[in-house]
Amino acid sequence: MTPANSLKKKNSIVSKFVALTQKQLFIPVAALLALIIFNLIADPSFFAIKLGHNSDGQPILSGYLITILDYGSELAILAIGMTLVTAASGGQDISVGAAIAIAGSVILKVLCGDNSRPDHMQAPIIVAFLVACVVAMLFGAFNGALVAFFKIQPMVATLILFTAGRSIAAWINNNELPIIAEPEFAYFGTFIPGIPIPTPVFIAIACMIVIFLVLKFTNLGLYSQAVGINPNSSRLNGINPAVVKLITYVILGLCVAVVGLIKVSRISTINYSVIAKDIEMDAILAVALGGNSLGGGKFNMPASIMGAYIIQFLTTTLYKFNVLSSALPAYKAVVVIILVVLSAPVVREKLASSKKSRSSSKSVKEAA
Amino acid sequence: MKKFLAVLLTATVGLVMAGCNKAPAATTAAATTAAATTTAAPAGDKLVKVGIINNDPSESGYRTANVEDMKKTFTKENGYDAQFFYSLKNDEQIAAAKKFVTDEVDYLLLSAAGTSGWDSVLQDAKTAGIKVILFDRTIDADPSLYEASIVSDMRKEGDTAMAWLEGQKLSEYKIIHIQGVMGSSAQIGRSGALDDKAKANGWTIVTQQTAEWNAEKAQQIVQSVIDKGDKFNVIYAENDDMAKGAVAALDKANISHGVGGDVIVMGYDCNAWALKELLAKKWNYDGQCNPFQASYIDKIIKDFAAGKAPEQKTIIMDEKGFDAATITQEDVDKYGI
Repeated sequence: MTPANSLKKKNSIVSKFVALTQKQLFIPVAALLALIIFNLIADPSFFAIKLGHNSDGQPILSGYLITILDYGSELAILAIGMTLVTAASGGQDISVGAAIAIAGSVILKVLCGDNSRPDHMQAPIIVAFLVACVVAMLFGAFNGALVAFFKIQPMVATLILFTAGRSIAAWINNNELPIIAEPEFAYFGTFIPGIPIPTPVFIAIACMIVIFLVLKFTNLGLYSQAVGINPNSSRLNGINPAVVKLITYVILGLCVAVVGLIKVSRISTINYSVIAKDIEMDAILAVALGGNSLGGGKFNMPASIMGAYIIQFLTTTLYKFNVLSSALPAYKAVVVIILVVLSAPVVREKLASSKKSRSSSKSVKEAA
Repeated sequence: MKKFLAVLLTATVGLVMAGCNKAPAATTAAATTAAATTTAAPAGDKLVKVGIINNDPSESGYRTANVEDMKKTFTKENGYDAQFFYSLKNDEQIAAAKKFVTDEVDYLLLSAAGTSGWDSVLQDAKTAGIKVILFDRTIDADPSLYEASIVSDMRKEGDTAMAWLEGQKLSEYKIIHIQGVMGSSAQIGRSGALDDKAKANGWTIVTQQTAEWNAEKAQQIVQSVIDKGDKFNVIYAENDDMAKGAVAALDKANISHGVGGDVIVMGYDCNAWALKELLAKKWNYDGQCNPFQASYIDKIIKDFAAGKAPEQKTIIMDEKGFDAATITQEDVDKYGI
């Protein structure tokens, strides 16, 4: 092989790598690989999964990976809705944590009736869940209407519910903290007897299948991207941008209700001020980690979902290394800063051009 | 390089702006809560005007009971014109205190979210002739700035719990310590008692993490210890909610707990549901944190009206600790909140 040839090959590897970094899945995959490699080096037992029994004698799988799947699933469900909202409205809903508190509170209210410590549930769980879905979608529609029809910036519009939501949640149950004693209610957040995989994983998979089918067989994906890229031209093409935006917020409301059910089911009760605290930041981070532009437009749903699990991977890793839980947000902030800086167009251009110039200067040298 | 600097600058500006965005959030929160306060119409000038600053009632079962107690005592029938303000944030509470000072209340009753930052507003209150009574939480301020403080001695609560734990005479102590919101007096007192005892007796603390009073976070923390495979035989949670979360993780991993179990579970606050867990022998210990200060405060105010100042500045309430081995149904009914 002549030196020129080998250099050409090298250059093609470099250019391939550059091309790879431009791919959207590059960010989540790279982040995941970094976390996996870090854990492999630090302590390979991180990846151990063992089959055990819980105190009711039911088989369950346990291990860090299961924990990641378990807690990452609620985030993944939120990331689905958040991706759509981001794509269509070019902004994020910061009220999801508060809305989860509302949805959870509604579920408990329907199940408990007037007595906050019932011996038996007053209504079937499915009814409570459906009521919560309706309520959460209404709140989603409220956010969506502010954004779509009144053209308020999404973060500002959802700030209203962000501040008021937890008080509303507390008001729904007269500030009481209901507790459901029946074990069936805990199935959604823990395990179904006989099935060793946490239920939230199944719920998340169901949500993923639904959104996959919706994106495949409806124009939702196309429309929300079109509206996000340019609302005016999509309007000229016969799409009503306001309605599309509204729909994405309503869908996010539905996701919120599902997560609300998982959250209250986990501990069979609720604490209004701390339930799903700061989850909106994780959900937005999931969208960003998926390599999606936070300014709206094109999106990649699988990448967002992957982003959600990666965040939980990070959280669980930090817990494993006994990082103070109050310090977790600081670590996530570092990730956010890196992501935002990397995805800034200025930096991207700079990166691409510097690589190009380096490779071209090399070939010039070779020619000389 | 210039471009890079520009990016950095933009990022900083963005962060600062994000910081600013947060400020309106706080004010709106204050506004909504303030709007929700119940202002009793002034009916005659005989009513004693009190401004009550408390933590949000939805914070915990303790707070719900505390707020109920306050509302029940400071009514018009009892001769009070009470205004309430709830927030979990110190700065919002201080802003509310300033408002109450401007409103010229007769008494300012305060359960502070954080221990510091109160000096200047309390000084203002003193200048305006407003008497300040602290309840539930102490603050870092000169004692001359308030008339009385009716508190739970969190350190004493912690020491009672530790004396009980020591009395269990375990062959070894491997403790998971789940803390409340860092810096709150409950956390400082209850953590301090454990820290000192562990040091003196050579107990092992397997992990020490704050779950910020949050059941779910506590569950994740205990889950993480179980996943790691570390051995432990005591869970010391600084409130009932977190103990509940911890127990959920234990149940998942089939680790027995309670009387005769592998792991001792300790909580605080004496929620009725938690005492029932004790009664069912699933938990081992629950420390009381007495939420009923209103009657103490009422008496102090009546004494002031009669021209008597309280004998001591700090009044410490009676508090118990319950052992699963000795608790009775009467205890649950009487002390459960």
